[in-house]
Amino acid sequence: MSTRYPASETLTRGERRALNLYLVSGLLLFILLMSFGLTMRLAQSAWIAITPNHFYQIMTAHGAGMVGTVGLASSAVMWFFLRKYVRLSLPVFVANYACFMLGAALLLGATFVGRFGGAWTFLYPLPVHSMGVWSAGAAAVFMVGYLIMGLGFLLFYLDAMRAIVRVYGNLGRALGLQWLFGGTIDPRHPATVVASTMVIIVNSLGILGGAVVLVMSLVNAYASEFVLDALFAKNLTYFFGHVFVNSSIYMAVIGVYELLPRYTGRPWSMSRPFLWAWAANTVLVLIVYPHHLLMDFAMPRWAMIIGQIASYGEGLPVFAATAYLVLTNVHHSGLRWRMPIVLIVLAIFGWSAGIVPAIIDGTISVNRVMHNTLWVPGHFHFYLLLGVLPMLLAFMYHLIGGRADEPISRGDELGLTAYLVGGLTFVGMFLAGGHASEPRRYAVHFAEWRPYDQAASIGAVLVIAAMLLFAARIARGLLRAPAGPR
Amino acid sequence: MMTIQDEVGVLTLAGIAGVALVFLYVIHGATRQADAARVEARAGAIQKWFFLGLLVLGAGVTAATLAPFPIPDQRAPVGTRHVVDVVGHQWGWRLPPGPIEAGVPVEFRVTSADVNHGFGLYDSSGRLLAQTQAMPGVTNRLVYTFARPGRYRVLCLEYCGLVHYGMSAEIVVSAAGDARP
Repeated sequence: MSTRYPASETLTRGERRALNLYLVSGLLLFILLMSFGLTMRLAQSAWIAITPNHFYQIMTAHGAGMVGTVGLASSAVMWFFLRKYVRLSLPVFVANYACFMLGAALLLGATFVGRFGGAWTFLYPLPVHSMGVWSAGAAAVFMVGYLIMGLGFLLFYLDAMRAIVRVYGNLGRALGLQWLFGGTIDPRHPATVVASTMVIIVNSLGILGGAVVLVMSLVNAYASEFVLDALFAKNLTYFFGHVFVNSSIYMAVIGVYELLPRYTGRPWSMSRPFLWAWAANTVLVLIVYPHHLLMDFAMPRWAMIIGQIASYGEGLPVFAATAYLVLTNVHHSGLRWRMPIVLIVLAIFGWSAGIVPAIIDGTISVNRVMHNTLWVPGHFHFYLLLGVLPMLLAFMYHLIGGRADEPISRGDELGLTAYLVGGLTFVGMFLAGGHASEPRRYAVHFAEWRPYDQAASIGAVLVIAAMLLFAARIARGLLRAPAGPR
Repeated sequence: MMTIQDEVGVLTLAGIAGVALVFLYVIHGATRQADAARVEARAGAIQKWFFLGLLVLGAGVTAATLAPFPIPDQRAPVGTRHVVDVVGHQWGWRLPPGPIEAGVPVEFRVTSADVNHGFGLYDSSGRLLAQTQAMPGVTNRLVYTFARPGRYRVLCLEYCGLVHYGMSAEIVVSAAGDARP
């Protein structure tokens, strides 16, 4: 069996502090933002009363916060494993955290003090067209908050790019492009380096795309004669949003590649199909975003066709290769169930199952009746709540685990059950609502939609209870003992 | 009769159930140990067919769903006598009061006076029939043929601010022949 806690992952005191900052902040933010989500579902259930104004502020903070927090926590996974292979800068890692927190403070200030409710997608020209609900200043603070967050991530990626190029010569070699068509693959070429390189390439471009539309929107906020093309702005916004969220999944999945053999006892080595999968996905992630604009009929037909085909194609390489890798690695491995491996299997299930409604919705003829219904939050909550979050929790449980190889505690068993049952109920009710044609982002729901909302609220309570259990145990473990090898 | 939503629901349930069964099978046998090389060899043999199957399925669905292209050509004339200009604004719809006839294609020319909206066409049972985006500076042409006369509803399907949830309108569709001037 491979060493579960290799010496190469030892953390210095400073590194441990920085990592704990990322992870504990991430856990606290996840719980806070989940409670925002629960508040919205309770309001739609008519079990609590909040004004539409407050509803949309909460919705904006929930969306922007969750997208950012998943990015923050998954970048900690990437940093932890990538620093074994290349020399990353700790100050840059800390700077990313500082930028994130400053940006988050501005986002929260803009929403709850400035009453900004323009959604996490800040779709032009809504930020500057609120009908007097919020000011241009509040919108500007929100967008500056995003820019500062983006700056932090960009610094992190540039540092990782510099470090990777120093060791591997260029990004192509780090991706393993030299072995796509032949040659003897170095079996020790790290999957972490391949995945990190892909993320660095696509998310740097994604963040730059987001920065362009943010800066243009900022100029428009103070110089209304500077008018943007709404369709172009929407293209940039969804390019940024899609790439950023996908990159978070790909950063988190690094933990799966690294930890899987340590818990199944079955090492796996680099292969040509794996390299092809990541190379193909580097392109597909960048071109798939038009599937968010399938109902914008003014888009060129070729872009829509690419949107549908790339939606199918994006599912294939990395996701299918990873799911297959995990299943075959776990099958008849003789493993002993421990929290990290349970969470990894749950994560890959959530990712795999969540992709089913997502891919179906990527079909133009289906999108005509599913786009912007609750079907959409149904599928993205499926693979984020039951896919990416368990990947992150698996990493954290691994960090606090000891060499004693403790079995799963009763508390964790209870937490897992609540998380799975609550999570499936929660996302299932979104999908059921989408099937019933419920539009998304409605502060007030018709009476006939409320049973779905009420069941979803109960599911959300279970998920939050489980997260509280997990977070308490992880935070205690992280703060009490050094993370990583002991 | 099954609606598209029903078909999508059944497909999704079947897909998720299939994924769950595979995972349950693997989880069930995870604690038993078998020779890794044998498992890998078997998995490798299945993998080729699995990926080939996914590829063929993807190609087949793509061909079946893209021809004919499900969105009307935005430049070519539709050639219908029913043209309806729709303007979304915060927070309502401007629709001409003119009659619409069942069984005749209706061309909705949809745009927005301010921010992005979504023109969602619902039947009286609350089922979404068709949609397109209403975007400032852009006109999207949606062609839809109402099968039956009755009262239809328009809801907003793109978040547009404080009263997004309250942005609705009604369309009355008359029986074929009744609407002719």
